[in-house]
Amino acid sequence: MTDSPHKNGTTRRGFLAGTAVAGAAAITGTVARADAPDPAITEVQPWARYLGEGVDARPYGTPSEHEAHVVRRNVEWLTADPISSVNFTPIHELDGIITPNGLCFERHHGGIAEIDPAQYRLMINGLVDRELIFTLEDIMRFPRENRAYFLECAANSGMEWRGAQLNGCQYTHGMIHNVMYTGVRLRTLLEEAGVQPEGEWLLAEGADASAMTRSIPMEKALDDCMVAFKMNGEALRPEQGYPVRLVVPGWEGNMWVKWLRRLEVGDQPWHHREETSKYTDLFADGRARRFTWEMDAKSIITSPSPQKPISHGPGPMVLTGLAWSGRGTIPRVDVTIDGGINWVEARMDGPSWDKSLHRFYYDFEWDGSPMILQSRAHDSTGYVQPTKDELREVRGENSIYHNNGIQTYAVAADGSVENVEIA
Amino acid sequence: MSKSLKLLLTAATLTALGAAASAQTYGLGREALPEEVAAWDIDIRPDGLGLPVGSGSVLEGEEVFLQLCASCHGDFAEGAGRWPPLAGGQGSLASDDPLKTIGSYWPYLSTVWDYVHRAMPFGDAQSLSDDEVYAITAFLLYMNDIVLEDDFVLSNENFTDIEMPNADGFYMDDREESPLWGPREVCMTDCAESVEITMRANILDVTPDDAAAREARESGGEEAVEDAATEEAAEDPNAIDMELAEAGEGLFRQCSSCHQVGDGAQNRTGPILTGIVGAPAGLVEGFRYSNPMQAAAEEGLVWTPEELHAFLENPRAYMRGTRMAFRGVADEADRAAIIEYLRSVE
Repeated sequence: MTDSPHKNGTTRRGFLAGTAVAGAAAITGTVARADAPDPAITEVQPWARYLGEGVDARPYGTPSEHEAHVVRRNVEWLTADPISSVNFTPIHELDGIITPNGLCFERHHGGIAEIDPAQYRLMINGLVDRELIFTLEDIMRFPRENRAYFLECAANSGMEWRGAQLNGCQYTHGMIHNVMYTGVRLRTLLEEAGVQPEGEWLLAEGADASAMTRSIPMEKALDDCMVAFKMNGEALRPEQGYPVRLVVPGWEGNMWVKWLRRLEVGDQPWHHREETSKYTDLFADGRARRFTWEMDAKSIITSPSPQKPISHGPGPMVLTGLAWSGRGTIPRVDVTIDGGINWVEARMDGPSWDKSLHRFYYDFEWDGSPMILQSRAHDSTGYVQPTKDELREVRGENSIYHNNGIQTYAVAADGSVENVEIA
Repeated sequence: MSKSLKLLLTAATLTALGAAASAQTYGLGREALPEEVAAWDIDIRPDGLGLPVGSGSVLEGEEVFLQLCASCHGDFAEGAGRWPPLAGGQGSLASDDPLKTIGSYWPYLSTVWDYVHRAMPFGDAQSLSDDEVYAITAFLLYMNDIVLEDDFVLSNENFTDIEMPNADGFYMDDREESPLWGPREVCMTDCAESVEITMRANILDVTPDDAAAREARESGGEEAVEDAATEEAAEDPNAIDMELAEAGEGLFRQCSSCHQVGDGAQNRTGPILTGIVGAPAGLVEGFRYSNPMQAAAEEGLVWTPEELHAFLENPRAYMRGTRMAFRGVADEADRAAIIEYLRSVE
């Protein structure tokens, strides 16, 4: 981590260390004093003296070099190779609710398809009145809409079924991103083709080297699904399905077929690999749930967290995290710093959109003693995020997907944070 | 979708769909031609819809499998390295260590045919003939003891007669029946006497090391390599064309699922290729070469750029029986870029 502990003694936080009390009201009127003038102020810094780069230097801007550690990361031992694999969004470094395009986690089954938009075609076939072909330009002539939705891989937190394993919410919870999509309602395109009455299912297929397919019930297809071509205002990134991907709000990420090339209407599901061999939930009795499309409500504290320890010592601090539900909004998140003996309601901030990430904060005085942190989401249906043990009680330990159990962190007196489980 | 999935099949839904069919249209796009639909409509369903006419035997399947699939999935479909096992595991699903394979877990045979045809071999998708896919599917049935005769022939005629062992192992999402479903009361104060940490991620120590990754990136110095190369280029006719090598690095992605290069490279499905250009064949330590490759090595084959061009153009034509299950790189410029990249890797 780049977070180097502040020098002790001269910081404002250090001064407060002796006086702060957990849960106490904010201390007012006591401000730290410096022992010596701060050279960051008294010396003319190079950026204040010399001219910087001009407007032609960065035609497509990138983050400051000091943010170079904020990148997607892979867990090498997870998969046989990096082509059919996954990397993780650095959620511990982000704030607000929108994920920057270059940091949205990637999951490919046959690598990134690099598609020439001039050669892009979308086919609708099957039980429709007219089997149709659209170019990208055709799609962009239909009425558009803009919606922010989270996309969570069904396997997010899947490595944690049997206990605390990976130290960092990037790895345990980073198979998620939240993006503002611009696109056409899937319903609009299906109506253009004319879905026949027996057309109760839709097969979405990708143009990549895995030719990804998923069956989607027509009720969902006609509800809020989108055929998207922009993310956060710009063209989809190749790794997110350029030029066109499917958006299936609130449902597991694998269904959001990237590089979308075909939509087939049928009268029954296809039971393809990603809805039988994969993305099914094996229970302890050896039988498996299938078609578990909706993502249950979940939350995660992103800071402090194992990759984002507390670097400032006791005193005022910000605890923050993300919460989401595939069934609606998140009106409430509870937070505990004593391992669940006592809880407080966190402060929700920022837009509260349906099936979108929500940001929560808990602003408090840390007394410098060890803490055990958890967050617990409530969604707009009243559903409450379960503990990991409550979830295991129902699901057993052989599951991979749909682990929405409450995450626990142990914070040590030095501010370091560890992924743990408690009883 | 918050309502019960059962609603999907109700008459009310069907009426709604009927209404959708008569909604506004924009006259955009064009009618798909039958040849176009045929080219892309490759999906297969459990009821056999989509299956092409064709057939293949267990023995034919074994031959294709050993050529194209065994390098990742093992000679007996038992899996190689961390690539998925395709056979075995029957009876393991309720154990603490379930092994989910085609035989133990997959509910429908159509899924095997569909997936092998659309996505395999990894890196050369949709290259198999229909008969080859039938043959591989027959072989996988045999390796999973679902058919017992090695003269079994699978075809579009008998395909839907096959019942998979775990066909009844799945049920629809029933989370609504779960005790975790719906509004629940939560405790906010004095919810427990005490709490105790029972497990720590640190003990496992399997988290990637951010600091190490950062150092590697900082010291990796792509620029340094490039500068040095540019300087040399002025004098040395053997200097590496970095631009070409960079293009080759991109193309090498199609090789990288089997071959590693550079620091920390290991033998995977294929041998390490660091320093391969100009090196004698068959000498990578710890790699099990095919018999013809060993024979060629003994006869003194050296991987000059010319030999690599010939091999990469069509590996199995160049060397019958090579274990490299790869279609080859037809484009000469692409081969040159890949070879230049391999020269550039130290």
